[in-house]
Amino acid sequence: MQPTHIPIDYLPIFMQFIFAFGFVATTILATHFLGPKRAGKSKLEAFECGIESVGNARSPFSIKYFLTAILFVLFDIEVIFMYPWAVNFRELGLQGFVAMLIFISLLLVGFLYEIRRKALDWE
Amino acid sequence: MNTIQYKFNPSYLEDSEPLKTKLSGLKSQEMIINLGPQHPSTHGVLRLEVVTDGEIVKDVIPHLGYLHRCFEKHAETLPFNQIIPYVDRMDYVAAMNSEHAFAMGVEKMLGISEQIPKRVEYIRVLVAELNRLASHFVAIGSYGVDIGAFTPFLWMMRDREHIQRLLEWVCGARMLYNYIWIGGLFYDLPLGFEEQCEQFSTYLKPKLKESENLLINNKIFINRTANVGVLPLDLAINYGVTGPMIRASGLKYDIRKTDAYSVYPEIDFSIPIGKGEMGKTGDCWDRTYVRMQECFESIKIIDKCIEMLKKEHKRNKDFDPQALVPKKIRPQAMDFYIRAENPKGELGFFFRTDGKSDIPVRCKARSCCFSNLSVLSTISKDIYIADLIAIIGSFDFVMGEVDR
Amino acid sequence: MDFITLIDKSVLIVIIFAVSLVTAMYSTYGERKIAAFFQDRLGPTNAGPWGLLQPLADGGKLFMKEEIIPDQANKALFILGPSIAMLTACMTSAVIPWGKDLYFFDHNIVLQVADVNIGLLYVFGVVSLGVYGALIGGWASNNKFSLMGAIRAASQNISYELAMGLSIISIIMLTGSLSLRDIVEQQAGFNWNIWYQPLAFLIFFVCALAETNRAPFDLPECETELVGGYHTEYSSMKLGFYLFAEYINMFISAAVISALFFGGYNFPFMNSIGLSSNAIALLGVGFFFIKILFFIFLFMWVRWTIPRFRYDQLMKLGWEILIPLSIVNIIITGLVILIKEGSLF
Repeated sequence: MQPTHIPIDYLPIFMQFIFAFGFVATTILATHFLGPKRAGKSKLEAFECGIESVGNARSPFSIKYFLTAILFVLFDIEVIFMYPWAVNFRELGLQGFVAMLIFISLLLVGFLYEIRRKALDWE
Repeated sequence: MNTIQYKFNPSYLEDSEPLKTKLSGLKSQEMIINLGPQHPSTHGVLRLEVVTDGEIVKDVIPHLGYLHRCFEKHAETLPFNQIIPYVDRMDYVAAMNSEHAFAMGVEKMLGISEQIPKRVEYIRVLVAELNRLASHFVAIGSYGVDIGAFTPFLWMMRDREHIQRLLEWVCGARMLYNYIWIGGLFYDLPLGFEEQCEQFSTYLKPKLKESENLLINNKIFINRTANVGVLPLDLAINYGVTGPMIRASGLKYDIRKTDAYSVYPEIDFSIPIGKGEMGKTGDCWDRTYVRMQECFESIKIIDKCIEMLKKEHKRNKDFDPQALVPKKIRPQAMDFYIRAENPKGELGFFFRTDGKSDIPVRCKARSCCFSNLSVLSTISKDIYIADLIAIIGSFDFVMGEVDR
Repeated sequence: MDFITLIDKSVLIVIIFAVSLVTAMYSTYGERKIAAFFQDRLGPTNAGPWGLLQPLADGGKLFMKEEIIPDQANKALFILGPSIAMLTACMTSAVIPWGKDLYFFDHNIVLQVADVNIGLLYVFGVVSLGVYGALIGGWASNNKFSLMGAIRAASQNISYELAMGLSIISIIMLTGSLSLRDIVEQQAGFNWNIWYQPLAFLIFFVCALAETNRAPFDLPECETELVGGYHTEYSSMKLGFYLFAEYINMFISAAVISALFFGGYNFPFMNSIGLSSNAIALLGVGFFFIKILFFIFLFMWVRWTIPRFRYDQLMKLGWEILIPLSIVNIIITGLVILIKEGSLF
């Protein structure tokens, strides 16, 4: 195993990306030319269970979903901090563990607050 | 005076306006979603106008009529015996039960109901209970699909297939039978039917237990259905809810017992009611549970019927199921109402005859599904969209009967 | 990186690509057969012997179908959605170690496309990009059901990503590395992580179900509420991409689960049976695939047995049960490691 990792290690990933991109693009293009095309007005309407659609789907929707997303961003950043700690856990030893316990307890306080405020409940 | 008078009230029109909720009246987060008529979980062509706020349902307005086929009008132009195929097409998953109710009503009007041979009655009850099983299988199975479990549905369909084969053997049709005639039956049971039926009932019991364990005792299923769509008893009574739904709400009301029609008083069976084991009484879980238990009761009835058909009312050569079928069906002038316990509730027929023709002047069907469905928008306020689907499924309606 | 290595890599990429596509294709067949077995029926039988050609027929059909883009839809995004879903699904396999190195005439073939030191983070990163596929596609359709499915997909995936990320930390603490190869190498023989981290496995498995939108977490596309969810408006190969991406994701999740918890290409007694290193490497690949197939089967078993959660139950499970559980798991793991190393007392 190489002791150090250099940017060239990522070259195969880039190759795979090109390969995957090529595959997706060819398939999309191929189906575009292969399939029949018989468009009609009612065929191209948005599906609304068989009746004429009411209103626009792109109206403002409930903020609750957005709240979940915000909470995710907050927690995800905090979780990301734990990765380097976990990698170096054995070296950091007890001191690192105590530090992380403090960090986790701070995180849990926020977490409890959020649950108490029913940020995740719909009612 | 042969017509029924209605008082016209302009406000009726407003209630049936195509869109009751206007876009302009909504709050900024609310959205109107049309569930149906072409939607997988509305069990046919029910259209629900749902006002949602994210995942929460604020209001539900059902729109009916997509499967209206003028049953009542047809019935008013046809002789009684020719109405039976139309009756089949009302509740097409439980045609035998509807036929039974209809034939029984006309027989009572003609005054021949006492003379119907016991064997005919037992066969009627037998096929009706088989069909009740089939109907409950559809209800429980498709409810599983509504909740997201697909396997119980196919297990139920597998078992229903056996019933359909049996009924096809009896009368040649798989869904719309035209088997129970006024005054008798189309045919006697085919040879060997009793034995096949016995085999089926021994096959079914463990399978049904298995399905029960897979579906309604499942933890996720309980979580999804307990305390959801609770229908209190007083509300149920006010809306005229009948059948498994009102029994799930805790009332021991079964027309097979209360009216004691046909040979049901001679058969021992019990009426399962919802006890709120998993949540409040009258929730979706109770409704499914009651249907499941009714299946076991139906098997009991079937066993008893077969026993009677094999011992006391044996098959013999002289027995003619069509012996009492009247040549001319002309009841006296009267208003008559007959009701019977359909798998979905109380199915009633109201006849008005003038005594001069073979054709009813008025024939109104009291549809159990229609009454049951009417309670939907009352109990689905401020619930999750997924709960709405669970509630619709637990009602077990057939749009053919709602719209007639 | 020399030229020969590049050729090696290209061949490996093509092979892995083909293998994951074929596995995904035959997962659809397997799913139908398994479902049929559970449900007392036969499943596909007509195309080829035992219906074995059914996936090919399905694929061919999807190619030949009419491509419908609704009038109201945003055309570019409508095409972009499934493309992203497929692209990300195809990209995840890059860091998975498929087997030990092969040696041919003092040439060393690494059975891994890229051994990067942040392999796990790469997997999470790409997987979380996958949600854009559903989100963009659902929004572009301009259909209420699609929109709701898309939002559900987004909030579900991000919620479970958290628990998934947290459940992995205890594994990283054990291993001290984010590289998937290092993690697998440490589980040599029968020294699998599942013996040390059963709770983390459970959490990870549940989250993997949610991340791949499989039942009981298939809310974004649940038929009974949202018709087809985010892919209601899709047809032809674009629909195929969404469905196919799900199966590829399932394959990759199964691979990651086997690599993280079940020793990847390691198998018991691998060092004591006295085979050449190449034979052990190839056997290891075989064992890895057996494990992957088992987990794919497990995914299907779950799907065809239990009903679906409701949206709030799903969120409750993710946020209020799985996240605290994985934090507890991290603390316990840390304590145990410290006690073992003797630095606590």
